[in-house]
Amino acid sequence: MPDLPGGLEIVASQIQPITLQAELACAPGELLALVGPSGSGKSTLLRCIAGLHSPQQGHIRCGGVNWYDAQQGINLPPQSRRVGFVFQNYSLFPHLSAQDNVLCALGHLPAQQRGARALELLAMTHLKGLEARKPAQLSGGQQQRVALARALARDPAVLLLDEPFSAVDQVTRRRLQVELARLRGEVKIPIVLVTHDLDEARMLADRMTLLSHGRTLQSGTPGDILTRPVSAQVARLVELNNVFGGTLESVDAQGRGLLCWRSHKIEVERVDGFAPATRLSWVIPPENVILHRRDRPSLGERENPIEGRIDDCLPLGDATRIVLALDGDVRARISFSVPTHVARRNGIAVGEIARVSLLASGIHLMPAEPDITG
Amino acid sequence: MDWPALRLSLELAAATALLLVPLALALVRMLARKPLVARGLVDGLVALPLVLPPTVLGFYLLAVFGGQSTLGQWYAALTGRQLVFTFDGLLLASLIANIPFAVLPIQRAFAAIPREACEAAWCSGLSNWQTLWKIELPLAWPGVLAALVLTFTHTLGEFGVVLMVGGNIAHETRTVSIAIYDSVQSFNDQAAHVMSAVLVMLSVAGIALIHWATQHIGRRDA
Repeated sequence: MPDLPGGLEIVASQIQPITLQAELACAPGELLALVGPSGSGKSTLLRCIAGLHSPQQGHIRCGGVNWYDAQQGINLPPQSRRVGFVFQNYSLFPHLSAQDNVLCALGHLPAQQRGARALELLAMTHLKGLEARKPAQLSGGQQQRVALARALARDPAVLLLDEPFSAVDQVTRRRLQVELARLRGEVKIPIVLVTHDLDEARMLADRMTLLSHGRTLQSGTPGDILTRPVSAQVARLVELNNVFGGTLESVDAQGRGLLCWRSHKIEVERVDGFAPATRLSWVIPPENVILHRRDRPSLGERENPIEGRIDDCLPLGDATRIVLALDGDVRARISFSVPTHVARRNGIAVGEIARVSLLASGIHLMPAEPDITG
Repeated sequence: MDWPALRLSLELAAATALLLVPLALALVRMLARKPLVARGLVDGLVALPLVLPPTVLGFYLLAVFGGQSTLGQWYAALTGRQLVFTFDGLLLASLIANIPFAVLPIQRAFAAIPREACEAAWCSGLSNWQTLWKIELPLAWPGVLAALVLTFTHTLGEFGVVLMVGGNIAHETRTVSIAIYDSVQSFNDQAAHVMSAVLVMLSVAGIALIHWATQHIGRRDA
């Protein structure tokens, strides 16, 4: 666990009511996305940070202050933690106006300064003119902004966002995401965002932590996790479906490897420390699978060429998702996307034979996992 | 019309409602934080006066309040008065008989407040007391008002418990319900009609007040 002056660090473990075995760190000004399937403990971790739930073991430090330490018996109440929390359904106070909702969180300021500060925060979140409205008189996006203004009103040491965009429509979501990205430049505190949406995490987060069943599976930049997962389980959780098993046959002097997969010899640019003759899992993100043209030779078509029969071909707007079944084995399926016009021009259809290249630079090796095709 | 009886009833109802509702609020808040087993036990005890026949409840209260009982003797030593057949005893009996009418509406109203609203208040820096005052009570106030009105009107109409514990002493324990009974017994139907009509009007006004309050809070949040 890195020492982050002014940052947030959490080590939390418990068995009941849900298993937790998590470690997180978030530096000031950094946005950390907590990603994982439902029930993976993302929201529970936010509640631990806020003081709404106490794990059985571990510690939580923020800005150099011990908020929770099971061993030392320290457990500050939520009121003493300076947390800005945007709840999933916003949890605005329905009987209070937007301004009064924000005023509730300004108790730390002298009474004469609170009104002006509340108006300033509402203006900052683009709610000027709506101060007197009750939550029920505001749209979902406006309610979300009130919740954000209220969370920032405490002058928080950490900002916690629990799926803040899940209850708004797509257009509003995009606008709010842009606003959050701008806000990050203005508040120099750790921001923890819980989300199901990998695109959202990739777009907004500096770092990402993947959770499953309460355990931290991998932490790193979104780019790292989405292209270089540490295990086949992580690969699947980040929707990388091209996960296979194989044996590393050899490694040359430049560190390039040759992978034996089914009847194919696959070149791999980086072997990440795996020794020859090691049984392992490997993954190739769909953007590293290149379809060969039928009418003329394609660039790089000699790089790990694979032939298969098209098992599925699904146009999804501008892109067409293709699934290639190898050697007649429906378990060995490589999925990738091509622009729809390319699919059309190449006569891509179910049952047709197609050739693809697996880019050596895009292949990532991981420890072996049982029951992987290969 | 037995004006002293009506006045006594109104005093008893007002005192019962004003004393019991704050106690019910405290009990509801306390129960919310108790483990489930203890809460179930207390919930059962709270609801007991609803299902006990009033005369049975009155009979047991008479036994517990009597001059020979520990409570009766302790109260006599403290105040020089006895509990049975006095306004004090009547008030204490009313407080016990009306517990469910005060507790249940408040309990329902607090249960309807999302837990996240309180958590958002704590994360906003509000103490437990400030959360109760600024967030929970304003959201639960139709339930608190319902508790006040139900306790008040139910006390006005209480007969069995009042008769058992208080008897029928003019200016001391004769409430309007007992006065109606007396009037019917003495074939004074006109007086019974007038007093019954007053109780009906007070009950209808109480229901109207609860209805108005429920509608009003709905409009405030809209």
